[in-house]
Formats: sequence, structure tokens, C-alpha cells
Amino acid sequence: MAYEWDFAIVLENLPVLLRGLGVMLQLWLSALAFGLAAGFVIALGRMAAAAPLRLLARCYVELFRNTPALIQLIWFYYAFPIVIGVQLTPFAAAVIGLSLNTSAYAAEIFRGGMQAVPRGQWEGASALGMTHAAVLRRVVLPQVLRLMLPAFTNRAIELAKTTSLASVLAVQELMYQGRLLSATYYRPMEILTTVALIYFMVIWPGSLLSAWLERRLARHG
Amino acid sequence: MADIVLETRGLCKRFGPIEVLRGIDLQVRAGERIAIIGGSGSGKSTLLRCLNFMETPSEGEVLLDGVPIGAPRRHRDGRVTTAYSPAALCRVRQRVGMVFQQFNLFPHMTVIENVMEGLRTVKRLPRAEARGKALAQLHRVGLAEKLDAYPARLSGGQQQRVAIARALAMEPEVMLFDEPTSSLDPELVGEVLRSIRTLAEDGTTMLLVTHELGFAFHVATRVIFLADGVFHETGTPDAVLRHPQRERTRAFLASHAEFTF
Amino acid sequence: MRYDWDFGAVLAQAPLLLDGLIGTLRIAAAAIGLGVALGLVLALMRLSPRWLLRWPAAAFVEFYRNTPAIVHFFWFYFAMPVVLDVSLDAFLAATLALATQSAAFYAEVFRGGIRSLGPGQWEAGRALGMTDGQAMRRIILPQAMTRMVAPFLERSFELLKTTSLASTLAYGELLFRATQVNSATFRPLETYTVLAGMYVLLLFLFSSAAGFAERRMTAFR
Ligand SMILES: Nc1ncnc2c1ncn2[C@@H]1O[C@H](COP(=O)(O)OP(=O)(O)O)[C@@H](O)[C@H]1O
Ligand SMILES: [Mg+2]
Repeated sequence: MAYEWDFAIVLENLPVLLRGLGVMLQLWLSALAFGLAAGFVIALGRMAAAAPLRLLARCYVELFRNTPALIQLIWFYYAFPIVIGVQLTPFAAAVIGLSLNTSAYAAEIFRGGMQAVPRGQWEGASALGMTHAAVLRRVVLPQVLRLMLPAFTNRAIELAKTTSLASVLAVQELMYQGRLLSATYYRPMEILTTVALIYFMVIWPGSLLSAWLERRLARHG
Repeated sequence: MADIVLETRGLCKRFGPIEVLRGIDLQVRAGERIAIIGGSGSGKSTLLRCLNFMETPSEGEVLLDGVPIGAPRRHRDGRVTTAYSPAALCRVRQRVGMVFQQFNLFPHMTVIENVMEGLRTVKRLPRAEARGKALAQLHRVGLAEKLDAYPARLSGGQQQRVAIARALAMEPEVMLFDEPTSSLDPELVGEVLRSIRTLAEDGTTMLLVTHELGFAFHVATRVIFLADGVFHETGTPDAVLRHPQRERTRAFLASHAEFTF
Repeated sequence: MRYDWDFGAVLAQAPLLLDGLIGTLRIAAAAIGLGVALGLVLALMRLSPRWLLRWPAAAFVEFYRNTPAIVHFFWFYFAMPVVLDVSLDAFLAATLALATQSAAFYAEVFRGGIRSLGPGQWEAGRALGMTDGQAMRRIILPQAMTRMVAPFLERSFELLKTTSLASTLAYGELLFRATQVNSATFRPLETYTVLAGMYVLLLFLFSSAAGFAERRMTAFR
């Protein structure tokens, strides 16, 4: 049994895969930006003084963390348009789904970080006459961000992998192109392995960065 | 004179370029109690750890009851080193007990389980017999009433006494103590030293690394001052601790000025 | 815009959804079993003093941790059978993909647990005359195990969510059955909302049971 490898197909279609990689990067960066911003707002909700607000934020987080990301994407593409009465493009649905998914996890990272800042610092800064918002911006956030950097890096890595699910909505990102090409040429081994390696080359540096950040934090506290 | 139980010949130990032990010749006779003293980093722990092979000697021999441990291995370039099989080391360690500075009790086992563990797993004694032996040793260190406590619930002094009982339960021919009281609060040192003194009175053969010079003076039959990887001065407690002949020993003792007899 | 909710049509398809639930549980159980076994082997290889064992295991773990799961699903279903000239059904391909991917994560759980114990416990065991195997079994693993419980559950939680990717191979798990319900009822909003609800419930039950087990296992501290 000898399988005849044919990597020429892969080389010929490399531009197509790289185009897919471009779409993947767009998905990744936009969902990361929206997800972090939304996550910050939700974290504030999680720590709000008003109990109903806290409950709402908590339900949001639990909902997104306790359902598969794939189902979230499908829901936003097939079900959400019925609620709002506007059909979404696959790309838009994917960005919304991925952003909200990320925001739920990011909210918990923000919350953990802000609660790690000792109470005394909030009070000390308030005593100086700073407003709540000013304390948050000038005292709490700088410390929190440094502390939470490894966790955010890990989240970004998870998100990078999750973008591949957008292929199910026919967003023309890397995995979608890989599926299409391997069906067209019937060379799934060469093409899918190449797709996996491209993902690896994009994501692995992030993992190394995250490991380095964690070691640095462990050393310097 | 009593038989030699444990012996080293030309024992050397290197960690990379650092030469920690440089040709140690040591003879331990049955019933002897040897106190090893020396500055921090002088290789006291390394010496003890070579005796039960927690560290592998770089050169030289260790003999138990006159029998060399390990098998000589001749290299192509003519050098001869010693090869140690894991099984042989397990047998040696059953005969040479060790008590650590940090106790190292098994936190997931109760006191009695800690002491029974070696008897059950290594010696494969039946449960009842292991329990009997364990109880006897816990009595000896005065902890017979804490049998079912987990180590986390004990004071440091109690933990160290359990560790002593755990080592004794294996009925070793030699006991090694590596600074057994150094990580204890001062008020807990006494109870551990009393347990060790009880063993001494029963005739247990032991090597003891310690900074408690007063204790060494009263309990040891011989004192060794270790410096630069060799025995710098050795002799009776009176000779080494009270009438040191060498400058280095005197300086070391002077830095332990708080010690009184 | 007013929308007339109608859950009746979807709930009439309950048998189909229940069948999907069983499919999901079946694949999760198989993948956890296989993944844990493979993960343990990988962890022991990574802890070995021989680089010939350490290296391949490390490469395996890094590769799987830095590539998206969906690529592995497609790889096992479409690519590997072509090269090996065998055919895998969707259940087997999905289980292999999930198990190998999870094994990489489980391996890190095991390795982290074992390495979290300092050299003192090994030495105490050896000083009593134990072989390394005895020390591992009697001293190290029982302690490491209690430290592994929480990360182990977290990984299994992720695995349970990732089973939804088996739908892309047309395996009859929850999501796939839901898409069938959707084509029968033309009620995507209700269908996918019910689906999300089922997942929330499933994961809630799972995490309650896990929390109970965790408290039992760590009682001695
Ligand atoms: N595992 C090791 N690796 C490298 N160096 C070591 C190791 N163990 C001990 N040493 C070095 O050997 C020397 C003697 O150490 P040790 O025997 O612990 O001294 P002591 O017990 O007398 O304080 C020290 O310089 C120490 O840094
Ligand atoms: Mg020492």
C-alpha cells in the first residue's frame, strides 16, 4: 500500500490558503478587540452595586461559557436575524458570535484581576478625592492589566483556534478554503495537514509568549 | 572493637565543576554516634546523602557490613567506575535510615500510616505485624496518642518525631540525621533532641549533622569537622569541641559562641 | 417587529433531540476514556529522563494545543483514511480527533500535578527503600491526583462542548439532530434556542456532579 503524495497541489493553491489566512486574521483581531471591550463592560456589571445588574451580567457570562462556541455562531447566523429582522452576512454573524463568546471569558479575567487589587487601594485613592472612574483608570487598571496579561494571551490563543468554526457558516477563512480545496482536488491529507501547520505557525508564537509572560509574572510577582 | 557497619573509601562527589567531597575515608562501628559539624555548604548533607545514595558518589566506594555496594565497571579508556543497580540501592536504603531537615512526611497519610508505609510497601509485612512495629516506634518517640492525625495537624516537633519513627520502623542498621532540628521553632527543638537521645541510649548507630554543639558534645562518641571536602579534624567530643588543634576548627567554634556544655 | 414564538413544533421533535443527547454523551465518554489513557502515557513520556521519549511527546502536545479542533476532525475523517486506505465512520473519526486533542491537554494536567510535588516526597519514599515505581504509586500519584481534579474537570468540560464539532462529520449528536429538527420545522430561532438551553442544562448538571466529586476527593485537607 503506497500512498502517492502530491504537494504540488498545495503549492499551486497556496495563494488561496493565504487569502483564507487573511480572513482568519481579520476575524481574530476584530473579535478580540470587540470581545475585550465588551468584556470590560460586563465585568463592571458583574461588580455593580445593583443586584439585578449583577445577576444579568452573571447569566450572560454563564450562558456563553456553558454552550459550545459552534452553537453560538450558528445561533447568530440562523436565529438572531429573525429576532432583529435583518439578515447578517456570515462574516458579521461570526464576528458577533466570536466577540460575545470572548467577552464572557474576558469579563471573568477582568473581574478576577480587579478583585485582586486590595480594597485599601480603592479607598486610599478615593480618600485623595479621585472619582471612582479615575481610581479605576489611574490606579486599578494598570496593575490589573499586567497581572492579567498571561490570561488574556491565553484567551487570544483560544480565540484564534475558535475562528476556524466560522468555516461552518461558509466564512471564507483558512479552514473553509482548506475544506473546499481538499474536496475539489481530493487531496485531503496534503491540504489539511498544510492548513494545520499554517494555524500552528500563527498560534504557536502566542503560546510561547504566554508561557514567557507566566514565568516572568511568577518570578517578579 | 565492634565491627565496622558502614565504611567509605576515597569517596568523592562533584556537582559539575564543584568538588564537594574530596576523598572521604570513614569507618562507622556498631553503636557509634558520629556528629558531623561544619560551615554551611561544606558538604555535610552531601556526605550523608552519599551514604544512602540519595546522591550517587562520583568516585570511591561505600561498604555496608564490609560488602562493597554496586559493581565495578571498566571503561574502554581504562577508568573503573561503580555501577549501581536500582534494586541494590533499594536494599541498601532499607538498612540505612534517613531523617530529613524538612521532615518530608506523607501528607495524605495519617501518622500510623506514615510509619507503616515502608513496612507494608517495601518489606511487605502483613498489616497487623506492620501496625505492631509502627506502634512500638511511635511509643518510643512519645507519639502513641496521635495515630490517626494527619501531619498537617501536628507541630513541627511532632512531625519530626513521626519521621524518626518512620525511619526506625524499618529497623535500619544505621540512622542518618540531617540537621533534624534546624527547621524547628526553638521551643520545639528539645523534644526532638530528647527522642534522638533515647535512641542513643538504646545503642543505635547514627550519623548526625547538627549545629547543636552542646547536644553533640553530650551524645556523640566522635565528632568530625568537615571543611573543604575533607575531614579537617576528628576526635572525641572533648578533643574536637573543647581542645581543637587546628585554627579553622577554632574559628568555626568561635562563630558558634552561644554553645555551652 | 413582532415574532410569534412557537416552541410546539420543535418540542414535538423531542425524540430526535434526545437521540442527539445520547450521541453527545456517547462520544464524550469514549473520548474522555481514550484521552485520559493516552494523556497519561504522554505525561509519563514527558517526565522521562530519555529525550527519545520526551521529545515526541512534547511535539505532540504542542502541536495539538496550537491547532484548532475542527482541523483534527476533518483530518481524521477525510485525510487519514485516504492515506491508510481504511474507512472510519463518523463516530470513530470524531472520537479519535477529540481523544487525541484532549490527550494533549490531559497530559499537561497530569504532568502539572506530578511536578507540583517537590523532590522531598520522592526522596522520603526512596529513603525507605521504595523503587521509583512504588514511590510514584504510593506517594506521588495519590497526592498529585487531588491537585489534578479541578483542571481535569475543566478540560472535560471543554471536551463536552467540543463534541458539537462532530456534527460537521454528520454524526448524530445534539447539534446535528438540531439541524435536522430545523429543516423539518423551519423554526431556527426556537430550535437553536432549545439546543442552547439543553447544553446549559447538561453542563450545569455535569459541573454540579463534578463539584460534589471534587469536595469528596479533597476532604483530607
Ligand atoms: N544537587 C546539587 N546540585 C549542585 N550543587 C549542589 C547540589 N547539592 C549540593 N550542592 C552544592 O554542594 C555544596 C555542599 O552542599 P551541602 O552538602 O548541602 O552543604 P551543607 O549540608 O554542609 O550545608 C554546596 O556548595 C551546594 O551548593
Ligand atoms: Mg545541609
